[in-house]
Amino acid sequence: MMEKSRRSFLKVAGIAAIGLGAAPAMNFAASDSHGTALAVKSKNEAVLSAHRWGMVIDTNKITDEVVENIVAACHKAHNVPDFNHEVDEEKFPNTRPVNHKQEVKWIWEEEFHNSFPDKEDEFLAEKFHNLPFLVTCNHCKNAPCVKACPTQATFKREDGIVLMDFHRCIGCRFCMAACPYGSRSFNFRDPRPFIEETNPNFPTRTKGVVEKCNLCAERLAKGEQPHCVEASEGAIVVGDLEDPESEVRVLLNENYTIRRKQSLGTEPSVYYVM
Amino acid sequence: MNKNYIITGLVIFVLAVLSPFWFNMITTTQAAPEPELLGNAKTQKKCVLDKYEMRANHMAILDEWRDSVVRDADRMYTAANGHSFNMSLSTGENSCLGCHEDKTKFCDACHTYTSVDPYCWECHTNPKEIK
Repeated sequence: MMEKSRRSFLKVAGIAAIGLGAAPAMNFAASDSHGTALAVKSKNEAVLSAHRWGMVIDTNKITDEVVENIVAACHKAHNVPDFNHEVDEEKFPNTRPVNHKQEVKWIWEEEFHNSFPDKEDEFLAEKFHNLPFLVTCNHCKNAPCVKACPTQATFKREDGIVLMDFHRCIGCRFCMAACPYGSRSFNFRDPRPFIEETNPNFPTRTKGVVEKCNLCAERLAKGEQPHCVEASEGAIVVGDLEDPESEVRVLLNENYTIRRKQSLGTEPSVYYVM
Repeated sequence: MNKNYIITGLVIFVLAVLSPFWFNMITTTQAAPEPELLGNAKTQKKCVLDKYEMRANHMAILDEWRDSVVRDADRMYTAANGHSFNMSLSTGENSCLGCHEDKTKFCDACHTYTSVDPYCWECHTNPKEIK
């Protein structure tokens, strides 16, 4: 009696198990026959890509006027606030007074002895003391900011661009402390009142995030050259540092170039033709 | 002797416990707003997913898009239904706002009703609001 009931129990249980498995299997087969297409994410066809993006700045071609144009073009396109801009009281009432130490900048002019403190020779050629040098994020190969970021908001993209995900930035400013070039700025306040003309094609930032040059990733994605390159009248060239045929590598081969604070081992990707 | 006190106490207790119900009965409640399809969105009749899936999962898609654009530099999204989109909230015609032109009636209507306060617009700009 015992044995028989056990046997029949197992039979029933087996049939039940098949029954339970049948429905998902049927559904799977049914969905398969319809051929569920999956969404695909891809790059634009016109995209400019590189193994490692780099920049070459020809200091002989950089004049004060060119510097001004480049900085203006970059900052305007990326909605970088200018704290000298007069606030529109109607749109932004009760804006507190500006602290001019809290500037935000992506690319700016710097003197030689500030840009290259380790290259200050005793009898440096006179011309270097007065030349305007353009400095920006160096998109370092060993970027210290990337290592410092606790949330991976700053990261190194596959193509060598050191990029920020503003969504993830918690505003701890470790990256600013880690960057030896001062390339990063913190938004101590809402930048919007200080943006003269907001470019609708690029977001603004919000209070409490760090920002810096993104090598115009949004333009490279569309197959366009960065704003600084366009405004530089040939003084700035960007290209693939790992491609020996690329324009930047040809320039590096033909000219004597220096990099900022090379001894720190960050391997900057911005080269200056002297 | 204490019967009256107990009964009044009970009545007050029951009323207090049921307060959400009778409060809703005596006040007028707003019906949930329907997101309005205006402009391009009305004529195009195509979206990333169908209506009900978009309602439930648009935030997950936006999150996925953000990672894809920022981290992998992939900016084109070819949806399962074959249509392709520019993975962007507010820039260009093929972005979310490019089609759903009226942010107030499309995004804000439901978000306000459900007391959701996404911080998208602290950085992203509505092209219609820039003068």
